[in-house]
Amino acid sequence: MIDLEPLALSFEVAIVATAIASALGVALAGVLTLPRLIGREVIDSAITAPMVLPPTVLGYYLLVALGRESAIGHLFEALFGTPIVFSRGGAVVAATIGALPLITKASRAALESVDARLVDAARTLGASSLRGFLRVSLPLARRGIFAGVMLGFARALGDFGVTLMVAGNIPGRTRTASLAIYDAVLAGRDADATRLSLIMTALAIAVLVVAAHLTRSRSDDI
Amino acid sequence: MTSEAGLSVRVTGQRRTARSHFAFDVALDFAVGLNVLFGPSGSGKTTILSTIAGLLRAESGRITLAGRVLFEHQTHVDLPPDHRRVALVFQSLALFPHLDASQNVEFGVPRSVARAERLERALGWLERMRVGHLARRFPISFSGGEAQRVALARALASEPRALLLDEPFSALDRELAQELSAELIEHIASAPIPVVLVTHDRALAHRLGERVTLLRAGKVERSGSAQELLPEVE
Repeated sequence: MIDLEPLALSFEVAIVATAIASALGVALAGVLTLPRLIGREVIDSAITAPMVLPPTVLGYYLLVALGRESAIGHLFEALFGTPIVFSRGGAVVAATIGALPLITKASRAALESVDARLVDAARTLGASSLRGFLRVSLPLARRGIFAGVMLGFARALGDFGVTLMVAGNIPGRTRTASLAIYDAVLAGRDADATRLSLIMTALAIAVLVVAAHLTRSRSDDI
Repeated sequence: MTSEAGLSVRVTGQRRTARSHFAFDVALDFAVGLNVLFGPSGSGKTTILSTIAGLLRAESGRITLAGRVLFEHQTHVDLPPDHRRVALVFQSLALFPHLDASQNVEFGVPRSVARAERLERALGWLERMRVGHLARRFPISFSGGEAQRVALARALASEPRALLLDEPFSALDRELAQELSAELIEHIASAPIPVVLVTHDRALAHRLGERVTLLRAGKVERSGSAQELLPEVE
């Protein structure tokens, strides 16, 4: 019988991380499409950097920023009685950092593909730029954004390196499916590694199929 | 001369796109009622409407509407489009594809109107434009004339102090355009605001043209009645 706990933990972490990354990513994408924004591509690149940086670099930054001796880590521990690092919170942060660039990029592209005249029309009808964003841009970009959210979820589900650095590999607390596969391989439990790997692969493909479907059928949408 | 409710536009500016560069320098006074801005394509009609609506920024000059300053370069006044109360009906109409006709028009109803009353007002405008039966339908299913009426209803629902129409009847056949423009004139008679209609259609300018301004290459060439300015066609 296969141990389902790491899979369940991966799901739990990925769902929370995707929710945080979606809210943050869509807001950032909205900012990135502001007409008079200065340093647009610099901001975009900073958000994208986690996709290309080594996990150890990201993990190290996060340890410095969120560790028990840091201001944020201190505050968090005082408020919630548990440190962020080497806890479930650390795993969520790691997965969020992984998902954020994918969601932000897809949302920006989706928002930029909305006919600018529709937003202009909203403005001349008395809508503030925020209302234009919420009532016109966002609903019209929703398919592309949702495709990005699905990609982000798939990414969050499988994070390994940053999670290991920031959350460690604590059975039942931070040992997600990808970490459990690593453990299984090291311990020579090949059957476990195979099963978990196949499940993760199937999940990733399923999510990508849904995302591709959403992106492609956009033109059929009203 | 502009009356108290009139729209006065004295602006210069330019618009750069990847392929073209266009400069304008105009002094225009639009009185309450229908005003026709006539010119060939590329003469800057749409650019000037966008500048009045606040979607493009002029480089210098001043725009006032009903005694209110919308833009003044010297004093750095530049009201955002949502504070100008200038409704612009785009050539493409720009109906929101994800909203049905009643929701499209409701979008235009001012926020100051109580929430419960907004839908009623929207339906009222659709009725007035004789498209009440479209309330629950989405723009993708509208004919050209229907879309035109819904777009006008939406613009009027925003209780504008000026209405700008960019080639409003260009997608319609002549008969329908005639019918709609006659209706539009009726509506204007009941709402005392300046209406600026942009067109390059001579016949339409003749039919509507009490006050016509000829625009060419970003400059006012002449203004007067259609009879005086445009040699008779038909």
